[in-house]
Formats: sequence, C-alpha cells, structure tokens
Amino acid sequence: MNAPVQSFLEVQSIDALYGEAILALRGVSLSVSEGSIVVLLGANGAGKTTTLKAISNLLSASRGAVSGGAITWRGRSTRRLDPTELVAQGIVQVLEGRHCFPQLTVEENLLSGGFVRRPSRKELQADLERVYAWFPRLKDRRRSRAGLLSGGEQQMAAIGRALMTRPTLVLLDEPSMGLAPMIVEEIFEIISRLNQDSGVSFLLAEQNANLVLRYAHYGYILENGRVAASGTAAELAARSDFSDFYLGGAGATDGLHPTAPN
Amino acid sequence: MLFFLNVLTSGLLAGLMYAMVAIGFVLIYKASGVFNFAQGSMVLFAALTFVTLNEHGLPFWAAFPLTIVVMIAGAVLIERLVLRPLVNRNPNTLFMATLGLSFVIEGLAQLLLGTDVHQLDLGIDDIPVSVLGLQISAFDLFASAIAVALVAVLAVLFSKTRMGISLRAVADDTLAAQSIGIRLPRIWRIVWSVSGFVALVAGLLWGARQGVQFSLSLVVLKAMPVLIIGGFSSIPGAIVGGLLVGATENLADIYIGPLVQGSVSTWFAYILAVGFLLIRPAGLFGESAIERV
Repeated sequence: MNAPVQSFLEVQSIDALYGEAILALRGVSLSVSEGSIVVLLGANGAGKTTTLKAISNLLSASRGAVSGGAITWRGRSTRRLDPTELVAQGIVQVLEGRHCFPQLTVEENLLSGGFVRRPSRKELQADLERVYAWFPRLKDRRRSRAGLLSGGEQQMAAIGRALMTRPTLVLLDEPSMGLAPMIVEEIFEIISRLNQDSGVSFLLAEQNANLVLRYAHYGYILENGRVAASGTAAELAARSDFSDFYLGGAGATDGLHPTAPN
Repeated sequence: MLFFLNVLTSGLLAGLMYAMVAIGFVLIYKASGVFNFAQGSMVLFAALTFVTLNEHGLPFWAAFPLTIVVMIAGAVLIERLVLRPLVNRNPNTLFMATLGLSFVIEGLAQLLLGTDVHQLDLGIDDIPVSVLGLQISAFDLFASAIAVALVAVLAVLFSKTRMGISLRAVADDTLAAQSIGIRLPRIWRIVWSVSGFVALVAGLLWGARQGVQFSLSLVVLKAMPVLIIGGFSSIPGAIVGGLLVGATENLADIYIGPLVQGSVSTWFAYILAVGFLLIRPAGLFGESAIERV
C-alpha cells in the first residue's frame, strides 16, 4: 500500500543547517503517500523536528535552513513557498510542545487556524463544529483560556487548530510528549480515525515507538541526522535491534530496506 | 469639596490624553512583544505632517485622511525595511531597532518638515464650561470623547474580528501563528498602521494643547508610567493607567505641591509607577504569564 501511486510528499536527500554551521540533517530522503500515516522515529537530536520544519518551511524561523536536496509536494518544489502558502496548499505542522495561544480562548485558538483559507462565516462555523465533533472535550472548554488547559487538552487544541486549516497532510511533532499514557492513546485513536474517515495523511515524529507503530503504516528511523532504516510498521516493530537506535548502537540494518549512506 | 472635584475631573481628563499616547504603545506591544520606542516620534511626525498640510491650505477633512495615508505608507516601509529582516529575533534586538527608528523618523521630520513650532487650531476653544456644577474645559471634554470613541473601536476590532484574533495569536506565539498560516508581514503592517493612526489622533490633541514642536515626542515619557501602571498589553489598562496618572498628578500638584514648595506633577507619576513595579509588576490589567508545570 505504500508504493506511491501519485507523488504526494517527496523528500529527496535534504541537508539542513542551523546557524549556517551546524549540520542537522544529512541526506534525508522519505516519502509520504496519500492517505497514509508515516512515522519518524529516533532519539532526541536525531533530526525529527528539523525534518518536519524543513518540510513546513518553518526552519528559517529557528534560524535554520535547508542547504541541499529537494522537497516536492504534489510534484512541485516547496522551496520558494512561505509557510502561509504551504498551509493554504494543505500542509500544516503541529509544533512540538503544542504551542497553543495561551491567552486566547480555546475557541479563538481553533478559529485562528481557519482564517488562512478566508472562509465565509458559515464555513468557518461548520469547520469549528467538525473539530468539536472530533474533540468533544474542547467544546466543553471552549471559553477557557488555552493556557489553563491540561497538557492533553492543549494537544487536542493544537491538533484541532491545525485541522481548521483543512489540511491534507499534518506534520505532527511528538504528540505524546509529557502526556499521560491514557491521553496519548486517546489522541492516537483520534489521529487514526481522522486518517481513515477524513483521509488526512500524517507524518509523525515520535519517541514512543511501541505505541506509534500500532497506528502507523510506514516508518523511518533517524539517527544523527540520517535515515538509518525504514520499513513498514510491522517490519520495524519486528526488529530485534530496535532499541539500539535509541541507545545509539544501530549498525545493522539486516533484511530490511537499508538506506544507502550518502 | 467642589474644588477637589474640579481638580480631580480636570486631572482625569488630562489622564485620557496620556492614555491616548499609551494606547499606541500597547497596540504594537500586543502584536509583537516589543516596546516601540519610536511611538513618540510617530506622534510628532503625524502631527507635523498634518500641520504642514494644513498650513499649505488643505482643510481638515483633506489633510486628515492624507496624513493617515502617509502613516500607512510609513507602516508598510517599517515592516519591509525594519521588521521583516529582524523576524524571529530577540525582542531586545527589535527594541533597539525601534530606538534607531525613532531617530530616523525625527530626522526625517526635521529634514522634510522643518523645525518650526506650529500652532494647531482644531476649532475647539480651551474655555471652561459648566457641567453638573463643575468647571470643565471644553477642549478636555472634546478630547475625552475622541479617546473614548477610539478605544471603543479598537476594543471591538481586537476582540471580535478575525484580524483581532490573528493579532493576539501573533502576540502570544509567533511561531505557532506562522505554523497555521497567519501572515506575519500583513499583521505587522496593520498594527503599525493602526498605531500610526492613534499617533495622529494623539498628536493632534497634544499639538493643539502645546503647539506642534519637537518636544511633542517627549510625551513618550508621560506614557511610560501609564503603561507600567496599566500593563503593557492591555488597552483598558492604558485607559485606567492614564486616568490614575492624570488624577493623582493633578491632585498631588494642588495638595502636596505647596508642602514641598514646587511642582509635583513632573515626577509624581514616576513614583507611582515605581510603587506599582514593586507590588504588581504586570500592571493592573497586564497579562501575567500563564505557566504550567
């Protein structure tokens, strides 16, 4: 199911730099096919966030830059697009650590995601109700300031806000960070249903490999800014040396789809 | 008692004038977390532009919108030349940039519009009228009416409209705002235009009071205590802060002044501000940061 039928998101051996000196990504290639959930696994500092920000063009906001390679979205290069144009074309990122607008109410947080398409008042209201249907808890707390929500509710608000942009691909950075296991499961259930029912594709960065591989279709393991291995979720989950990637001892990529070193 | 009330009211009305200047700061602070040091120069520049146009024979109804156009053009230039290259930098960097900007604007004003002191007559005389037994300056009443109207418009703009929500979103978390497609350059152009408009209104009212001259940019110094008391991020705070400063300043001048045998109003507001910094650093209406652990 992962053979790309039509080009959706293609990342071709990109390099990324921070502060024009620190090389954060080296020749990372990956692809997301339409309608799939793809996960980036790896330890802290492996390059997961950098990869996502490179795709969403938010890297420059962190004083980083893509220095080589190519990213294409539906066959077209995204290099010259600013984040706003990318969002308008259907790629939206949910940042690591949720980044809700703390002083805005939950409802205002959600609404703010809807403006990019310049919808009519009616459309905006309909989108809002749709998000509330996915996250009923947010509706109960619509008048609270987002800064006062629990971590799980903030994650929901952040995802809901991203959904308000009507994305076809959501880049979701560490949705489980700092959340109770039960809440994490709940959030992954919603992601899975969004994928199946609404056809939204996801590119997730996660550390909680055991959990995320139950929901993902395909995965890439990043190590020190390179893709160390990739495979279907079942293949990755079956690997015996899986934990090595987190302990930094990944050498063998036997029997899977080893990625050629660049 | 009547005398006390008279002093209080004229203080309150003067306070609204301070608030007008403070609001200009609040707008930009809300949208970018930056204390815009150039606000005073913008007040000066706007008033000077208006007066110059006015003196060249343009009536009020023509000079006023023309000055607004000039201020909007200025906002667009500032966004393009100053803010965009400094996007995602430390707020201190931006603050220093506005400091520089204030000199550039004042320099431009001097170069283009000259250094003369201009008289500005808005057609409302500074004569006392009697309201409920109190003697109130007609000009003060007029100025307060303008201030109240301006604040009402801004309040609706900020709380209800899409632009207002986007603007507060940018103020809360710039990166997150970018991530959901809010157009930063556009927001900045709007905010600087609106605060340019506020600067024009404040400049006209202050200019009519004390003449349009370069010392007009020093009204910034009066806005400082207002902002500290009211909170940097709140328009209602700017109003209440302005009223408090205006009233206490006037009262202190009358009742404490004779005791120290000098004018109190020049420094009293700052003492008040220091007191607030000790007790409530975020100001009366300032948003104290919500932090979860």
